[in-house]
Amino acid sequence: MQASVIVFPGSNCDRDVAVCIEAAMGKAPLMAWHGDSELPKSDLIVLPGGFSYGDYLRCGSMAANSPIMREVVAQAKKGAAVLGICNGFQVLTECGLLPGVLMQNKGLNFVCRNTRLTVTNNKTAFTAQYEAGEEITVPVAHNEGNYFADDDTLKRLQDEDCIAFTYADGDNPNGACLDIAGICDPSGRIVGMMPHPERRAETALGGEDGKRMFSGIVEALS
Amino acid sequence: MSHINDTEITEAVVAEHGLTPDEYQMVCDHMGRTPNYTELGVFSVMWSEHCSYKSSRKWLKKLPVDGPQVIQGPGENAGVIDIGDGDAAVFKMESHNHPSFIEPYQGAATGVGGIMRDVFTMGARPVANLNALRFGQPDHAKTRHLLAGVVSGIGGYGNCIGVPTVGGEINFDKSYNGNILVNAMCVGVARTDKIFYAAATGVGSPVVYVGSKTGRDGIHGATMASAEFDDASEEKRPTVQVGDPFTEKLLLEACQELMASDAIIGIQDMGAAGLTSSSVEMADKGGVGILLDLDKVPCRETHMTGYEMLLSESQERMLMVLKPGREPEAETIFSRWGLDFAVIGELTDSGRMVVTHQGQTIADMPLGPLADGAPEYDRPHEPTPKAAAFDQSLLNDAPDMATALTTLMASSEIASRRWVYEQYDSMVMGDTLAGPGGDAALVRVHGTQKALAISTDVTPRYCFADPVEGGKQAVAEAYRNICATGATPLAITNCLNFGNPERPEIMGQFVGCLEGMGEAGRALDFPVVSGNVSLYNETNGTGILPTPAIGGVGLLKQLDKAVGNRFTENDLQIYLLGETKGHLGASLYQRDILANDDVFAPPPVDLQSEAAHGTFVRQAIDKGLLSAAHDISDGGLAVALAEMCIGHNIGAHISVEGDIGFWFGEDQARYVLAVTADKAADLEALADNLPLGKIGVTTGAELKFGDTVTISVAQLHELNEGWFPALMQG
Repeated sequence: MQASVIVFPGSNCDRDVAVCIEAAMGKAPLMAWHGDSELPKSDLIVLPGGFSYGDYLRCGSMAANSPIMREVVAQAKKGAAVLGICNGFQVLTECGLLPGVLMQNKGLNFVCRNTRLTVTNNKTAFTAQYEAGEEITVPVAHNEGNYFADDDTLKRLQDEDCIAFTYADGDNPNGACLDIAGICDPSGRIVGMMPHPERRAETALGGEDGKRMFSGIVEALS
Repeated sequence: MSHINDTEITEAVVAEHGLTPDEYQMVCDHMGRTPNYTELGVFSVMWSEHCSYKSSRKWLKKLPVDGPQVIQGPGENAGVIDIGDGDAAVFKMESHNHPSFIEPYQGAATGVGGIMRDVFTMGARPVANLNALRFGQPDHAKTRHLLAGVVSGIGGYGNCIGVPTVGGEINFDKSYNGNILVNAMCVGVARTDKIFYAAATGVGSPVVYVGSKTGRDGIHGATMASAEFDDASEEKRPTVQVGDPFTEKLLLEACQELMASDAIIGIQDMGAAGLTSSSVEMADKGGVGILLDLDKVPCRETHMTGYEMLLSESQERMLMVLKPGREPEAETIFSRWGLDFAVIGELTDSGRMVVTHQGQTIADMPLGPLADGAPEYDRPHEPTPKAAAFDQSLLNDAPDMATALTTLMASSEIASRRWVYEQYDSMVMGDTLAGPGGDAALVRVHGTQKALAISTDVTPRYCFADPVEGGKQAVAEAYRNICATGATPLAITNCLNFGNPERPEIMGQFVGCLEGMGEAGRALDFPVVSGNVSLYNETNGTGILPTPAIGGVGLLKQLDKAVGNRFTENDLQIYLLGETKGHLGASLYQRDILANDDVFAPPPVDLQSEAAHGTFVRQAIDKGLLSAAHDISDGGLAVALAEMCIGHNIGAHISVEGDIGFWFGEDQARYVLAVTADKAADLEALADNLPLGKIGVTTGAELKFGDTVTISVAQLHELNEGWFPALMQG
């Protein structure tokens, strides 16, 4: 399988997620540059966390309009699995691959801490190695993670089983609607999430709850 | 239009530039003539306290700076130590006090940006940021505003560039009401054979400017940082620089890419005194001359004078000297990252700095006097009088044990800093093994099984009461915090924050603290490899507590041996290592429980015990004997025990008896150790003759002292966590 990590200027979790993909796949992913207008055909595309283009405009909006994103959208529509983490999730909503928007945290401050998540949908391409309803611990680190969508969209997300992760009871760090931590498209191949599974993928870093995201997608695609 | 250099150099102009009449005469002697306005500006920043260390140099020379682990000591952008396997740790701490008081967000942000540039200039990738912060009284009108702004600025910069903020410290004291301290530390990792230095050699080599464009921000920042504050200081806001972490991230990546080649001869960050200081230092260290053409400098504002370009402290800029002919490959890298790249001059053999602008030579100065010619002052210094021993009669009205402990757990010094550190990304880069909240942070060296242990420490109230003991204690506490994780302490950086050195009692504090630091560094084999001095931390004539912040770095060779500072399970045997005499002078108990601000002697530091106990703790951890280890500092044994309980909500029953001094005294060289029952005998055997005694066992959900005092761990936790959010909500 071919995996690609998109590197925007200001991405800062690109190496971290590449380490996890390599551990799961046994091969380093391709690091694809934002300015390239071609992307080798990829089975898995990851949009990493960070501050793409400094996030000086609305988070992710500049990145969503970069040359490489036209390729990412095209390959996603042809069936590639896409994972957007944190800033990558913001990019996915900005480019229209996922609905809704990530607003500033309700507390108005950046927040970096572990959160307890419920795996709401274990049928996505990334979550098959979790039990349905399983509670896992994965850290967040963001200033704009407050997921918002209009009522119709939220209802559709619920009806179509497109909520992948929710913050467990009382552990919503940002005020997100319905405690949403991550969502997917109806096919389950495109997942966006604010928490960082790549930061919790080995015991030395406190736990392995995030590791199954990567082993899960590799298993699904192999 | 008249040229700025047509301005007449009057006594008033000289004074505005912060030079004394004597210093100005020295400038004239070095020049062999009267300097013009631009030259005066250049001399004034290079000879400012901030850049020249003219009041402190004499004493800095007495610090220990050598050791087999030291690759580069003080004098470069950052210190470098050997951490084995061809890896080096590169680190430094620096103050951004004055700008942060005037504009807390940008002041703190650019402090973080500046210290990271110092580290990556040397070829290292920054892997950890820490910060040592001091604010005024919690209820002072400005404290919340300054604290919120500084924390937001540190987070705003570090989070964006993607370097984890893994630790630090915060104190509150009324002496900082008008003069907060923001000290930023950065640690990077490099290969020992790929360290880059500032020295520029090779006549004819191109001088290259990269990074952001130059604006008018920060002009005379170094001079501002060398003066006292008064009520008009907030009018100095335009001299505070504005940070752009996104550009710094690009600059970091571009520099790393170019450094992978061999195109660079010398490289220097444009920090304080900007283009002036970087070019003078590079050329002087290389023993050459330098010619700069300011028409080539990328500017973001129009009609900038040469004077402004030379003194601007615009951020995210670097100066490099490249091997001749390598400019195109370097330019390709920088333009790919969207950064400015300009050849703005070349090295000469003149030993002079010559600057041209719009076809005219606007400055022509000898380099030697600019770099090293600032006068070295041996300022009068008055030793701090020996403080009296603690007055035991103050304890007559002391509250009961439970009240004292619960009060301390919710005090400004002990309260959890969660409100602060959750605003920092402490985990990015995926190597943070132990982030904020531990004794020392632990950061893995990427791709290896070893880790760096990092801690910042100083107890300003000790330094005020007895500068020599306080200086020793700051080093000793950093040493202990590193040992408590299992790591071997290797070297320190320092950030020496003091008041006005022209006052003999302040200079006496400085001299005393450095004497203590030097003694401790020598005794503990913990040399100083980099640092920074920040003087004139005074507002309206009131100085801060002497605050020589220490940043310690140690190495843990096998990261899986690390222990934390929390009780991990029930039925652990709890030991106290170190002798307890019950020193309450200058303790937190005196300040916060007795509400007494008389000056009493702080606990003395026995450096032999520090070394012996630290070595013992490291050996015990290396042998896998310990489940937890915690250094005893502010608040004494009782607070240390409470902190160990609240981490995992595990109680303890302490079976020894003691008086107030035993529970809350701040005697040094002490640790609380926790060990499983089956390893207790081995621990005692290893201790040999060291003062190690069993004091209790972990059990239940309460912290019990004998049969009389019982406090629920949940309550301790709630008190400890509640103070900071309540303060910030107001």
